[in-house]
Amino acid sequence: MADHTATHAVHDPNLGTTGLDHRKMGMWIFLGSDCMFFGSLIGTYLSYKGKSLSGPGPHDVFNIPLTSYSAALLLASSLFMVLALTRLNENRIRAAAFWLFATAAFGLHFVLNQVYEFATFALDEGLTLSTSLFGSSFFVLTGFHGAHVTGGVLWLSILMVLALRGKLDRRDYTKVEIAGLYWHFVDIVWIAIFTIVYLIP
Amino acid sequence: MPGTQAAKTQGVLWSWLTTVDHKRIGILYGSSAFIFFLIGGIEAIIMRLQLARPDNTLVSAQTFNELFTMHGTTMIFLAVMPFSASFFNYMLPLLIGARDVAFPRLNALSYWIFLSGALFINAGWLFGVAPDGGWFGYANLSSTQFSPTHSIDFWMLGLQILGISSMLAGFNFIVTIINMRAPGMTLMRMPLFVWMSFVTQFLLVLAFPAITVALILLMFDRFFGTLFYAPSAGGDPLLWQHLFWIFGHPEVYILILPAMGIVSEVLPTFARKPLFGAPFVIFSGIMIGFFGFGVWSHHMFSVGMGPVADSAFSIATMLIAVPTGVKILNWIGTLWGGSIRFRSPLLFSLGFIAMFTMGGLSGIMHASPPVDLQQTDTYFVVAHFHYVLFGGSIFGLFSGIYYWWPKINGRLLDERLGKWHFWLMLIGFNMTFFPQHFLGLIGMPRRIYTYAPDLGWHFWNMVSTIGSLIIALSFVVFIVNVVKTMRSGTPAGPDPWDGRTLEWSIPSPPPVYNFAIEPTVHDRDEFWLQKNGDGHGGKPASRPRAATPQDIAAIHIPPPSHWPLVLALAVAVMVSGLLVSTYQIIVGGLLTLFCMYRFAMEHHRPAAGHGH
Repeated sequence: MADHTATHAVHDPNLGTTGLDHRKMGMWIFLGSDCMFFGSLIGTYLSYKGKSLSGPGPHDVFNIPLTSYSAALLLASSLFMVLALTRLNENRIRAAAFWLFATAAFGLHFVLNQVYEFATFALDEGLTLSTSLFGSSFFVLTGFHGAHVTGGVLWLSILMVLALRGKLDRRDYTKVEIAGLYWHFVDIVWIAIFTIVYLIP
Repeated sequence: MPGTQAAKTQGVLWSWLTTVDHKRIGILYGSSAFIFFLIGGIEAIIMRLQLARPDNTLVSAQTFNELFTMHGTTMIFLAVMPFSASFFNYMLPLLIGARDVAFPRLNALSYWIFLSGALFINAGWLFGVAPDGGWFGYANLSSTQFSPTHSIDFWMLGLQILGISSMLAGFNFIVTIINMRAPGMTLMRMPLFVWMSFVTQFLLVLAFPAITVALILLMFDRFFGTLFYAPSAGGDPLLWQHLFWIFGHPEVYILILPAMGIVSEVLPTFARKPLFGAPFVIFSGIMIGFFGFGVWSHHMFSVGMGPVADSAFSIATMLIAVPTGVKILNWIGTLWGGSIRFRSPLLFSLGFIAMFTMGGLSGIMHASPPVDLQQTDTYFVVAHFHYVLFGGSIFGLFSGIYYWWPKINGRLLDERLGKWHFWLMLIGFNMTFFPQHFLGLIGMPRRIYTYAPDLGWHFWNMVSTIGSLIIALSFVVFIVNVVKTMRSGTPAGPDPWDGRTLEWSIPSPPPVYNFAIEPTVHDRDEFWLQKNGDGHGGKPASRPRAATPQDIAAIHIPPPSHWPLVLALAVAVMVSGLLVSTYQIIVGGLLTLFCMYRFAMEHHRPAAGHGH
């Protein structure tokens, strides 16, 4: 009986009756939730825009060329992420590890740029968390984005190490794919933050 | 796998600590919720005793502040939400014909994080700095200037921990409902409790980020010197109110929708009729969830938002009455012409309909800004939200407890004591809260710890206090009922109520794998269809064939794991570090990362024989 064999077939516990992967769907729902998280932070920034009573304003401190470079780093890293997945799907593990490394490295470069940016704001421009509403809302918004990137860098680095130690192959495509979903999302959020916070006067 | 061996060699306690079985986690949620419900209830009784007569000195003003803050926080986050979560956990997989949730270990993690958050908030009592800023924690009373002790910190960090738990559970149940339905169970064939829970999970994952951000901003204000809620720097305390209520109003539906789902299961069972206009009930639930995001500012009419905002939020709020009214009509329509059996679960559901309707009506009253300006911050509002949250959620949840108790424990709760519980609770509830409408209208403000004798408030306050003691008595009856049932309850059998949905087609309590043979679904009332046909001459649906020992042996059950518990502990170490020292935060953070890694890698390669 067909019914009988179906019950006995070895079933991937990650696949649901819709044929979709639990983990991938879970990641999409998490990203939906994270949209609300960044939406609330961006809303806070916008509602306090121009309301600071003292301290330097956004365009007294921003270094647009540097931040544009950072944005380009993140955008490029998204491409590397796609390449890593493609190589993994071809079961070319060392190439996949290389692109995972490139993605994480560009992400790390972005974070270091942000550390440098924050340091110059604090030391040269006198803008800290407690200088003004701008200082508070700017550092908390971009800082939480930076924390997301840092988490992503850790995640990708772990995947890379697993790949190099032979513990990651084509069977783990979905695991790497959901890390990629997260990474692209963090990238897209940066496009929103870069536009809303840095570019719009 | 170490988890599997450990569970075999260690005792019962270890098996509960490491369980990933949705049914056991449901029981853990339910029993924790009941304990916190009793704590919140005791807090309420002390407040009622203090207010029983004018110029009373039972507790101080400060203690009273702590009591109403902890009562609200406890009842919302530690009682009603985990009660609902216990039914999500236990019942959702059974109702959709699944063997577990999508992420069993994540499910355990949600519970342990919930428990650590709940204990964290209550730890304030032990340190003598219980939270005292109200469950809504309005800025800038919550700033270090006005709340210099750790009281707000316990509340703020505890809620943050609870938020993680709720969101993880939300991701889990959304995936479970979409992805683990038995073959044939289309969305419109899902039982109503599944539907209402589904809407609730979306509210959870979309509303909690707003309060997460509000709490992060508060945390940065209190610990790191930011100025978000500092008027002296141009900060606007209303930012808190907006963020809080963008979360807070969907939260109201998070509290009520699961109860609505339970009632929609109980009524058809005890009226022996399908739910009247089920698609309307489903779409009304979706509408309520959707509108729930557009009405938050009706909690803020008195802050002066201007006529445009007031009108928009007033109209949106009144619109919500439409889908709610549709539901009430459909519930009554379900009873109409049914062959009704007045058993305890049905009584609690009927109580729900009547009390919730009354709470809804007073809600429409203060949906109107001019009326709200008269009623806001008075006992009228206290009466209103207790009619929807106690008269609604608690009656609905207890309907679910009486309904599903025999499925969970294999024994029927005593009918006679159940009826005593219901009538005492109904009378006590109305005695407590109906007079509070009067008190509010004659001007008694909320959150005052005492009042002068010449204000004319003492009579109704005394009535209200006596009512609250009757409520307490009703729960004594419930506890006696539980103890009696555990010792000598009537065995329930698989289907004591002549049920309609899949959970009644399997033994009580269900085996660890739930369904020996995966069911195939043809209708919303699948089990009824299997027993009786469609009532229009159609043949009964085919039942699953009998299971063979080979079937049972082939079922894959996720092995227990200790990582959820350990990871939750690591999170608790990290968060509580904010009150102790930076080193503890760092150590806790590193531990959390390590545990997350081990959690993720535990089943990186499936064990031999299970394939991939």
